[in-house]
Amino acid sequence: MAYADVREYTHLTDDEVDAIGAELDQIRAEIEASRGQADRDYILRIITLQRRLAAAGRITLFASFFPPAWLLGTALLGSAKILENMELGHNAMHGQWDWMNDPEIHSSNWEWDTTQPAEQWKHSHNYIHHQFTNVLGHDNDVGYGILRMSRDQKWHPVNLGQPIYNALLALFFEYGVALHDLDIEAIRKGEKDPKLLIKQLRQIRGKVGRQALKDYVMYPALTGPFFLSTLTANFTANIIRNVWTHGIIFCGHFPDGAVHFTEEELEDETRAEWYLRQMLGSANFEGGKLLHVMSGQLGYQIEHHLFPDLPSNRYAQISVKVKDICQRYDIPYTTGPLYRQYGQTLRTILKLSLPNRRTTDNPAPESARKRRRLEDSERPVRRSELGKWSGAASV
Amino acid sequence: MTAPLIERSAALRRLRQLGKAMTTPLSPHDYLALINPLWSQRELRGRIDQVVPETERAATLVIRPGWGWSFDHAPGQYIGIGVEMDGRFHWRSYSLSSVPLVEGKTVSITVKAMPEGFLSDHLVNGLAPGTIVRLAAPQGDFIVPDPPPAKMLMLVGGSGITPIMSILRTLERRGTLPDVVLAYSALHEADMMFHDELRELAERTDSLHFVPRFTEDEGMLTADRLVEVSPDWQEREAWACGPGPMLDAFSAHYEAHGLLDHLHVERFTLAKADGTASGGTVTFGVGGPSVEVDGATTLLEAGEKAGVNMLFGCRMGICHTCDAPLASGTVRDLRSGAEHGEPNEYIQTCVSVAAGDCTLTL
Repeated sequence: MAYADVREYTHLTDDEVDAIGAELDQIRAEIEASRGQADRDYILRIITLQRRLAAAGRITLFASFFPPAWLLGTALLGSAKILENMELGHNAMHGQWDWMNDPEIHSSNWEWDTTQPAEQWKHSHNYIHHQFTNVLGHDNDVGYGILRMSRDQKWHPVNLGQPIYNALLALFFEYGVALHDLDIEAIRKGEKDPKLLIKQLRQIRGKVGRQALKDYVMYPALTGPFFLSTLTANFTANIIRNVWTHGIIFCGHFPDGAVHFTEEELEDETRAEWYLRQMLGSANFEGGKLLHVMSGQLGYQIEHHLFPDLPSNRYAQISVKVKDICQRYDIPYTTGPLYRQYGQTLRTILKLSLPNRRTTDNPAPESARKRRRLEDSERPVRRSELGKWSGAASV
Repeated sequence: MTAPLIERSAALRRLRQLGKAMTTPLSPHDYLALINPLWSQRELRGRIDQVVPETERAATLVIRPGWGWSFDHAPGQYIGIGVEMDGRFHWRSYSLSSVPLVEGKTVSITVKAMPEGFLSDHLVNGLAPGTIVRLAAPQGDFIVPDPPPAKMLMLVGGSGITPIMSILRTLERRGTLPDVVLAYSALHEADMMFHDELRELAERTDSLHFVPRFTEDEGMLTADRLVEVSPDWQEREAWACGPGPMLDAFSAHYEAHGLLDHLHVERFTLAKADGTASGGTVTFGVGGPSVEVDGATTLLEAGEKAGVNMLFGCRMGICHTCDAPLASGTVRDLRSGAEHGEPNEYIQTCVSVAAGDCTLTL
């Protein structure tokens, strides 16, 4: 069930909501003041590691005809791509390292090793998803326009195929992400500015072309007679990265306990209420240090959503304080082992492929207030942005 | 400016294109820089070769630039230098004190430690040879035409000597030093940079008339006493560099005599906010529209009101869509009260207000 009012859902008084906001602001200020050399050293270590992994993978694949080398090279390259997409690309493009004032590690010019152009990702993810987290009709990350992930989304017979769509999405996740900012729903409804659409399609074509040229032509050609074995290795490395990132990202907002909201919640939302929505709508997973690095610290999804632009290596430290706030104010802090969070997500995908009347239990903590589901035509138009995004200047 | 080798050879250009296709979305330099930081061309970099003390509070930094540096700067120009301190890069501009095309392939800047300038202090006292710094290519129009005018006047205060030094050294080296009057003020002799070199140069050449002035004893050189230093000042093309008030005074003097066209001025003391300033004149884009704002209107709102096509997203400081580099001035983050005033620092316009006059790069 989607919630229209965060305060009502959490049974907090206005003063309590404000107090929580103040505590979170305080955490932010403390981290900002303590960013320094150790953080820079951390990100430089990861960058060096990632580039060495990538180089080692490419070099190993010169012997791709030899099956153990194929396996090792693929694993190295896959790890390099995972590390680049998660701990480096995602976090750098959030502006987590902008404070270093280092032009080479900056959200304004980071481009990542996947098919979505950075500029489009920063819009669909940094702005749309992080501002309108889990608000139905506003946050395209609820099912990515492909899957029905909330009981409040209307069922259609097409949804019966969800398990298959999900498997395909996992395998080719980078292409799903590449199309994300096009906003398929807006195109379907005929609300998309054609000029912007053409501009975005051109950007995507360029990026996909460069990525494919590198992985499927240049490097295979370099290994000469082993063209095919290198090509399959590169393809596999991309699939490994796709399946992994898909899994991690789906664990962020779809395990049981992460709730959805209606657009009423957005009305006059204060910063403190925004914080609350981020906490209630996100889910963590637990694991060792390596798991957290390889997932771009998104096991701390709650902390990431509260402070998307604080350095990722600090989320573990922040989580202790956030958990404490949740305990003191009796707010749910959704977390669990990775297999359980992922299992719950898969269960929801399966369950919601059927209409609501076919499934009785509801993964969301139940509320007494049931509301009529709004039709698409009744939903307000997503806040349109001005400036260069839709302005003629850059289209 | 001569193009780097790679631009001149078609084969090398193709090789670079091939390299880029192999390392996309990075560039080959990102990998080369892991082997040697000076091999980065994505960003100009340099290595500190030597730190030569000039006075107790000033030092010359001899820098060996990496790939992509072109040594043919015009004397009088300045470079940007980005130095890392506690995880952050701090950028400042300093005039080059070296002559173009030095043997040994180095350039030098001379830095004076300022009382409140933590970076200049760090540069003078704390930079170990071997440190890698970031560089921005030479720029600035405080330059002398070639050939130089027959009669020149140089009005210098304190560390304003650095661009003048580069100019004088270059003119002398080329054997084209014309009739120059150099009026150079510093607190006292020990505080005067390049004092000995200038005295020697003045003894060696007839055409340089060196007028040092020690303001602790003699007071400042005021504009109305200029005639005592250089009776024919009105006939000389003038270059002035030094503290802001000194430059203001001379500019006013030249304007009063209708000679402003003959005065070339270089300012490098930025107007820093004192931590209490709120509001100011905000300029959107260098040379763009300016508006007066109070200390509560965000830069984004101000820009929109001024009709500027500002990029924005969440309007609450989350998504970084609205980030714009600060060209000059200081802004305050409304959420934390923290001030940001580094040149080229990206600021979030949706949660920042002006703390004094500032200019955004759009």
